[in-house]
Amino acid sequence: MPLPYFPNTEADRAAMLQDIGVSSADELFQDVPAKFNNVPFKLPSPLSELELKRELSELAVLNANSDEHACFLGGGYYRHFIPGVIGHLTGRSEFYTAYTPYQAEASQGMLQSIYEYQSLVCQLTGMGISNAGMYDGSTATAEAAMMARRITGKEEVTVLASVNPTYQRVLETYLSGQDIHLTRLESTRDSLAPESACLVIQQPNFFGCLENVETYSRQAHDAGARLVVIADPVFLGMYQSPAACGADIIVAEGQALGSPANFGGPGLGILTCRQEYLRQMPGRIVGRTVDVDGRPGYVLTIATREQHIRREQATSNICTNEALVALAATVYLAALGKSGLRRVAELCYHKAHYAAEGIRRLNGFSLVFPEPFFKEFVVRCPQAPDEINRALFQEKIIGGLDISHLRDNALLLCVTEMNTRQEIDKLVQILGGL
Amino acid sequence: MKQPYLLPDISQPGKIGCSLPALDVPPAALPPEELLRTELELPEVSEMELVRYFTALSRLNYGVDTGFYPLGSCTMKYNPKWHEDIAKFPGFTSIHPYQATETAQGALRLMFDLQALLTEITGMGVTSLAPMAGAQGELASLLMVKAYHHSRSNMMRRKILVPDTAHGTNPATASMCGFEINTVPSDSEGNLDMKRLESMMNEQVAALSLTIPSTLGLFDPQIITIGQLVHDKGGLLYGDGANLNSLLGKVKFGDLGFDCVQLNLHKTFSTPHGGGGPGSGPICAKPYLADFMPTPLVVNKAGKYSFTSPPKSIGRLGAAYGNFGVMVKAYAYIRSLGAAGLKEVSEGAVTSANYLKEKLKADYHLPYNRTCMHEVVFSGKRQKAKGAAILDIAKRLLDYGFHPPTIYFPLVVEEALMIEPTETESKKTLDAFIETMKEIAREVTEDLEALHTAPHNTSVRRLDEVTAARQPDLRWEVKSQRPG
Repeated sequence: MPLPYFPNTEADRAAMLQDIGVSSADELFQDVPAKFNNVPFKLPSPLSELELKRELSELAVLNANSDEHACFLGGGYYRHFIPGVIGHLTGRSEFYTAYTPYQAEASQGMLQSIYEYQSLVCQLTGMGISNAGMYDGSTATAEAAMMARRITGKEEVTVLASVNPTYQRVLETYLSGQDIHLTRLESTRDSLAPESACLVIQQPNFFGCLENVETYSRQAHDAGARLVVIADPVFLGMYQSPAACGADIIVAEGQALGSPANFGGPGLGILTCRQEYLRQMPGRIVGRTVDVDGRPGYVLTIATREQHIRREQATSNICTNEALVALAATVYLAALGKSGLRRVAELCYHKAHYAAEGIRRLNGFSLVFPEPFFKEFVVRCPQAPDEINRALFQEKIIGGLDISHLRDNALLLCVTEMNTRQEIDKLVQILGGL
Repeated sequence: MKQPYLLPDISQPGKIGCSLPALDVPPAALPPEELLRTELELPEVSEMELVRYFTALSRLNYGVDTGFYPLGSCTMKYNPKWHEDIAKFPGFTSIHPYQATETAQGALRLMFDLQALLTEITGMGVTSLAPMAGAQGELASLLMVKAYHHSRSNMMRRKILVPDTAHGTNPATASMCGFEINTVPSDSEGNLDMKRLESMMNEQVAALSLTIPSTLGLFDPQIITIGQLVHDKGGLLYGDGANLNSLLGKVKFGDLGFDCVQLNLHKTFSTPHGGGGPGSGPICAKPYLADFMPTPLVVNKAGKYSFTSPPKSIGRLGAAYGNFGVMVKAYAYIRSLGAAGLKEVSEGAVTSANYLKEKLKADYHLPYNRTCMHEVVFSGKRQKAKGAAILDIAKRLLDYGFHPPTIYFPLVVEEALMIEPTETESKKTLDAFIETMKEIAREVTEDLEALHTAPHNTSVRRLDEVTAARQPDLRWEVKSQRPG
């Protein structure tokens, strides 16, 4: 049986080989040491579309998905409503089957979309400029830290202890390459080392609590460091942006803006900063210009920072990013607009507070941190969070994030607009009955 | 309204592009006023306007589904539609990376199986799917190289050798990992200059970073000797697997002496590029590097799949486990082709490239006149001498409806034109492309103006990149109309 991916017939192939002047395709592999050419590959027999779809749908149903379960899990990846229009537009294959828009005249659609993306995320974070996106929120954080090092010429990075621990791990990995020292700051009471290039904080922090950004901003700037803030983009729909409180670089995980959790990838690293740091930014940037006839158009620009031009002098090695996820975020922000994003944020806020209040009243449960919080909060449970999550799962509820390794019997719960009152009431009821 | 307008141009107060539910719980007291945002100037557009706007934009974009996309080094092959369907199963999209692993066994099993398939395809010992793109796979690989040498108390190996034909990401990555970069030149045949390599390879070199076939589209027949030379001096051989499409199902990196390689699932394994991403850049390493692999790996213990962290892991590369959505499509690709199908991929890709080479070498200078692999690099220097830069030729191709090949890369070829046709293009398409390239070669002699002013049929013509860089306009800005 011919395979559908190969458009040439036997006759086509024979004609091509004849024109090349060889009798078989294998002759073209003459530079490969003979001993290592045509070695055996132990791979499963090929399957047809029908068979493989059947097999993989059986695999897919082994996963508890949040369409069929109530889900109160966050911790960096969030389940928010995805308007149907997004998939229809990102599904236009002129977008998704294109490469990076190097040939501007044939890529105006993607280039203009990225310009919209840069504009929208700047409007959202309140910062001056944005790049076209990084891999995910954690690597955007690491790249921001390395940016701060280039900006200040200082060799240390400080991270606040309340930053997502996984993000801290990723920072460690990235900084280890250039032997940049990573130090941790417990609270505003500690002072920042003078060698520190930046202070990295998260708003709201990993435990869902709001940080006092202004205080950290003063602390960072007094020590000659820059302030890097990891922000929840939906939070920014309702709350003042850290930009207004002195942030120099704001990064975010953009998955929440119109993409499903996808088992953690692809995500989207949003990276925005003050205009003056433009030349130190990593990754692609799109700019608006004109063509020879004076018509407006878009190009990749300020490329002298990038690996394909500057090689070892580049600001980062990043090439491929998450363009399609950025497109989803662009359509999302445009579809929701100023009132929609505010509304989504308020729904999260009210529902999360309703859930927290219900759980707080239960015997044996308490809130670990005082208010204020946005959509996530930590509850101390009367028993191991792991057991609680198991009990919840029996009732088709994906519970919270077990953080008992950080605080005794602590469970990080997340409530978004996706959680109905019925789901929340059921959660509270089950917890109360344990 | 005529394109290109922008979202603020169609925004009108009071519109929205989607509907949202009413609040179904008693409202909580709002936070203090000073914490709340007073302005949020996002556009307000209706759903239909949104659809028209982005549909219009999509029509200004050229993808593999639009036509031939022979962008060298990028492996722009056809992306099967039904792989997209599979990746959209709710059991794959609507799962949270931090849910208990026993509730995501299907996802873990797919990852475990993909690790095994890629290990077999590369002939290595262990595979990590964590890197989210090729460049991140390179980063992970070189961090592993560093960790490996440090674990042997060898702190003096601070150099990475990089051929002059390398992708820009190779030196950029080495620099991010704190290495010094030394460039190894190519010889007149397009192979690595062995004399120079020998003189450069010493106890300070941590690794040679090598792409095979090279970005010249050539398979270096000295590969085994190169590996021995590097290993004899205690260095490692790292492979940039961007060009695996030419070896798929025929040749294994592991046999060729590589210690660690990075793959690009969004090239070789047919997942779409998404207009610049998402990609996926797994790394495959020999067993002696297994302890240094990124966290996490998927393991199978008595039929239960779970994540594990290797004992001397270089650490985490992202907040989750890599680009799972991309892995699903690559997995479907391998399973739908099998070993024989993969071999057909590489043989088809190499046949297409050599066919183009034979048909066009009379019209364009071929700097290395030998059998190529999956891509062929021409030089436009003859045309340049007549007044047409390779950029002009690329832009002229747009007028004829083709996406241009990669130009001005690799850097060692003057006026480089790097064509990668892939196995998914028909002979008919290749013949049409050949005819067009010949026609353009004629135009260089007869109608130079047509090249200088190209493209003519695109939505915009040549863009002023100098002004774009000197006076950056990187966003629109709408300020709040509210007083104060």
